[in-house]
Amino acid sequence: MAGQTNTQKYVFSKKIDSFFKGLTDVWNFVKRFFQEVLVPPYEFKAVVHQCYRIGVESLPLISLTGFIVGIVFTNQSRPSLSEFGATSWLPSLIAIAIVRAMGPLVTALIAAGKVGSGIGAEIGSMKVTEQIDAMEVSATNPYKFLVVTRVLATTFMIPVLVMYTDFVALMGAFINVNSKELVSMPTFFMQVFNSITFLDIFSSLIKSLFFGFTIGMVGCYKGYNSSKGTEGVGRAANAAVVVSMFLIFIEELLSLQIINLFRIK
Amino acid sequence: MDNREKVVEIRDLYKAFGELEVLKGVDLDLYREENLVVLGRSGTGKSVLIKIMVGLLQQDSGSMEVLGKEISRLGVRELNEMRLKIGFSFQNSALYDSMTVRENMEFPLVRNFKNLTKKEISLRIEELLDAVGLPQTINQMPSELSGGQKKRIGVARTLVLNPEIMLYDEPTAGLDPITCVEINNLINEVQERYKTTSIVITHDLACAKQTGDRMAVLIEGQFNTFGSFEEIFPHAVDQRIKSFYDYNFINS
Repeated sequence: MAGQTNTQKYVFSKKIDSFFKGLTDVWNFVKRFFQEVLVPPYEFKAVVHQCYRIGVESLPLISLTGFIVGIVFTNQSRPSLSEFGATSWLPSLIAIAIVRAMGPLVTALIAAGKVGSGIGAEIGSMKVTEQIDAMEVSATNPYKFLVVTRVLATTFMIPVLVMYTDFVALMGAFINVNSKELVSMPTFFMQVFNSITFLDIFSSLIKSLFFGFTIGMVGCYKGYNSSKGTEGVGRAANAAVVVSMFLIFIEELLSLQIINLFRIK
Repeated sequence: MDNREKVVEIRDLYKAFGELEVLKGVDLDLYREENLVVLGRSGTGKSVLIKIMVGLLQQDSGSMEVLGKEISRLGVRELNEMRLKIGFSFQNSALYDSMTVRENMEFPLVRNFKNLTKKEISLRIEELLDAVGLPQTINQMPSELSGGQKKRIGVARTLVLNPEIMLYDEPTAGLDPITCVEINNLINEVQERYKTTSIVITHDLACAKQTGDRMAVLIEGQFNTFGSFEEIFPHAVDQRIKSFYDYNFINS
């Protein structure tokens, strides 16, 4: 009667089949998010809680990093500009670099490390200790409670954190510029706002939404599909960071190409 | 001809994980308000069987009817309705470790019974914590509880939905002998008080003896022996069952 069980047969080979199965799993996981996000019941309380954890609890790290990035970038840019006697362009250069690229990228990478790994580890540990199964057997939807809430929170909070990072980095840059070039705050920020456009801010926020979605989705996917006990939890956390960072760079590259099309017009 | 009402009927059930065939044509009936103990060595598919029952796993072939409905044919909504009637107590309790005991017990209630008031929810939780003898733990986190307490809270959390069938996955695993007896007593109390039908998955014969009305021994993917403890064990001829008894009672 052994024929009644599903004996494993491969279409290509074990590795190729599992690669395509992995892709299908990812696609189904992402598709499920869009299927469930608009369908009641809504987990408002859990979303707010996750927004707090992801947003507020990341502030100290983001503040420190953003501030240091502002100072270091200003310091490193000064010698090149001073060769051409163009140090007065520092605020413009810094503003463009921070708002267009460094702010979103630094925030997303930090969030991938802090938030993405946290999500991967938390959901992974819930998976291996059967907490997700326990939700399922009590007729509740673990995907909605764990995944939808976290992905929504990262998608909404990363753009907010990006704006905050931009501000903190510009403050760091201002302190550096003020101490060396004796530029006042109104002058510094006037130059900053003169050099950046609506498209810069808008595109930065849009790509931050994608970064946030990616961080949340990858963290949740890796955690939700973790196995092999505590070792699996560690792997899930690690993979959440590595894959998120990789995808963030790809998205940055793609967004650059798309935004450049708008700039040329 | 048995006139008792069947709540679970399993016929010719197969399940494999890759090349590993776990269940190889399982047949089993579970009758209302009985405590059935499923015995077997580790890795024989005992937990797989009850996970199929709540739709966490799917069988490869065969049928599993629970309360008159074939589990594999249920849609998401019907399966969730069925799950409300089946309580599942996990081997490691599976308490949500980011929530207090109260929140653990509220979680399934507020999501499945939206018309309940806060007071009604509180009363239900307090009643069940009293029933498992742990009213003082209501605001504690799972990390602050002992293994036995976690098991009790796990049972209370499943009872909160008022299930007709209780599934216990290795209820005494990892507990000291005294706590094991307490958990076994709790299983019997739950059955008497809430009139549940239960399946207890275990390899602990003391637990089986104390809780089981009837026993089924799973060997090599099939149930080959049914009966009460006294009918099966002390005079077992089958060496695989005999060694199970010897290791549990004589060697210890």
